[in-house]
Amino acid sequence: MQLTGAEIVIRCLQEEKVEYVFGYPGGSVLYIYDELFKQDKFKHVLVRHEQAAVHAADAYSRSSNKIGVCMVTSGPGVTNAVTGIATAHMDSVPMVIISGQVPTAYIGQDAFQECDTVGITRPCVKHNFLVKDVRDLAITLKKAFYIAKTGRPGPVLVDIPKDITNQKCEFEYPKTIAMRSYNPVVKGHSGQIKKAVQMLLEAKRPMIYAGGGVILSDAAERLVKLARTLGYPVTNTLMGLGGYPATDKQWLGMLGMHGTYEANMAMQNCDVLIAVGARFDDRVIGNPAHFAEVSRKIIHIDIDPSSISKRVKVDVPIVGNLPDVLDELQKLLAASAGVPDSKALAAWWKQIDEWRAKKSLRYKQGKEIIMPQYVVEKLYEVTGGEAFITSDVGQHQMWAAQYYKFDKPRRWINSGGLGTMGVGLPYAMGVRFANPKATVACITGEASIQMNIQELSTAKQFRLPIKIINLNNRYLGMVRQWQQMFHGNRYAESYVDALPDFVKLAESYGHVGMKIERPADVEPALREAFTKHKNDLVFMDFLTDQTANVYPMVAAGKGLSEMILAEEL
Amino acid sequence: MRHIISILIENEAGALSRVSGLFSARAFNIESLTVAPTEDASLSRMTIVSTGSDDVIEQITKQLNKLIDVVKVVDLSEAAHIERELMLVKVRAAGKDREEMKRIADIFRGRIIDVTDSTYVIELTGNGSKLDAFLEAIDRSLILETVRTGVSGIGRGDRILKV
Repeated sequence: MQLTGAEIVIRCLQEEKVEYVFGYPGGSVLYIYDELFKQDKFKHVLVRHEQAAVHAADAYSRSSNKIGVCMVTSGPGVTNAVTGIATAHMDSVPMVIISGQVPTAYIGQDAFQECDTVGITRPCVKHNFLVKDVRDLAITLKKAFYIAKTGRPGPVLVDIPKDITNQKCEFEYPKTIAMRSYNPVVKGHSGQIKKAVQMLLEAKRPMIYAGGGVILSDAAERLVKLARTLGYPVTNTLMGLGGYPATDKQWLGMLGMHGTYEANMAMQNCDVLIAVGARFDDRVIGNPAHFAEVSRKIIHIDIDPSSISKRVKVDVPIVGNLPDVLDELQKLLAASAGVPDSKALAAWWKQIDEWRAKKSLRYKQGKEIIMPQYVVEKLYEVTGGEAFITSDVGQHQMWAAQYYKFDKPRRWINSGGLGTMGVGLPYAMGVRFANPKATVACITGEASIQMNIQELSTAKQFRLPIKIINLNNRYLGMVRQWQQMFHGNRYAESYVDALPDFVKLAESYGHVGMKIERPADVEPALREAFTKHKNDLVFMDFLTDQTANVYPMVAAGKGLSEMILAEEL
Repeated sequence: MRHIISILIENEAGALSRVSGLFSARAFNIESLTVAPTEDASLSRMTIVSTGSDDVIEQITKQLNKLIDVVKVVDLSEAAHIERELMLVKVRAAGKDREEMKRIADIFRGRIIDVTDSTYVIELTGNGSKLDAFLEAIDRSLILETVRTGVSGIGRGDRILKV
């Protein structure tokens, strides 16, 4: 049957079992929106700014492992989306972005709302396409979905000129796809896995370091099984939180710039390290030269060969899909005659317990001023650790990561790689669409939340009962912390002046607003928000300590074990 | 270390910018880059000359392989290979220089492919250092214009880069 390009787009999305498209219409996508109007197989979520559409689709994907889809118009629609696309790209989130483009005959003519979409987005997508012939449209969309979710996942953009959406051709959605230039590895090299097993069993001071790859590939259960079999300590990166249960005794907490003392010390001093879906980035291992001062054997499992031996030399590289590799590792481990060295392991755990005794996340909650950490701890208690938590970027993000104990994967949604302020609220929207019954809280700050505050309107339209936990310290807190520590207390432009009355702001959008100023009110207010206002969006404005800093801290360029602890100040 | 990297890439619009963009975004070095379709018009072959430590070259090949349109990547300089570059040089060739220029071109097995009463265009192929040597050998003030294609390379013997 002959269909128009616009009809083909809709049919392809239906074939891919898309539930929601997050988007914003405009001139170049009008034919597509016209067809979207005529169908009811998937729903469209109208955001208030294209950036939020991408973030929402991103979080939809992160919290469910389904592919997030968004649709924007040409020119400013695309440029507004770029921050969202780059955010998803840095965290390897599978997504498909459909963008309108000016008609093919106008391309390159500086037409109204024209931009070089493929050129602008090229460095921040896994791949992108410009469709020049309506007969290529279906196969291109098929490829986009395939590329987005296979291998190391990532966002794929399909740019469609307006005339293409109005031309007709025969439609058939391809069932399978084969690309000679793209064949991601799945199975790990057996010889390498064998070597890894041996190395793991010979370890005296072993360490399991697990990153976001565990979440993305749904390998959490296998990671837990491996850790339990071996009895080795586990740490998670910021992106990996929830990949291993935070309440488990083998868990040492998050590592890195704001990692726990025990996690960083164990990472630095281990003799065999197995990196699982992690990439040794600068916020995780600190200065690589300092990290290399202690000799250790490193096993690195990753789907992306370019992540291996990029910043740290690796002894046993294993390229493959984590679940497949972990299954084989587990099998070989079971078949092996060897067992972990229990005596050495006991000594190692004793050492780790001494590090733990430092209680590096300790803080003091007085009677007068609310400590931000306290709010996160109470949020954890009140939600029974069962909420999906999104965060923005800054101090509150680190406190959320440190004090909310994630036992399950895909519950912690934040921008780790790009560090994008303003993701929190649209992320919470995306999470709620993917998990319609879930409790969703967005931990944010008064600066971050204002970067996409307009989405309070979308949240009202779709009745999303998000709980916004605004840790309001009237500062760009992380900037202020660095200025205090490294720039002689000169707080250049980090004071956030002329704040709105968030309670009234929330109310004006039709939501519930609360202002909480005293420590004693924190828990009752949270309970009220999550019970009485269960079905409302509640904007909770917590006035918190203005001078609180995030500890422990590894200063940029310093070694992982050179931590600044709260007690040293 | 200098490396010659050969790439087979889908002959799609924007393929070149994906490769060159990768090099600039990751601060990799490009000495020269040549590209043209192969006997199979759906594929382009690129030759990139780059310098960097072994770690950097390893990253370059991995990152190139990661590009969706890239079909194959080979570091030609890992084994026996041939490299060639074409250069066209327009020189002043008048009076006493005319004979001398012809003589040097002959020594380098260059060919004169355009002649006027005061200029020659000389065509020369070889590896980069031969072309450099030719430019050194002639009087610099006589060079009017040079154009070089950048290096193309191919493996010797049974080393074949094909889909």
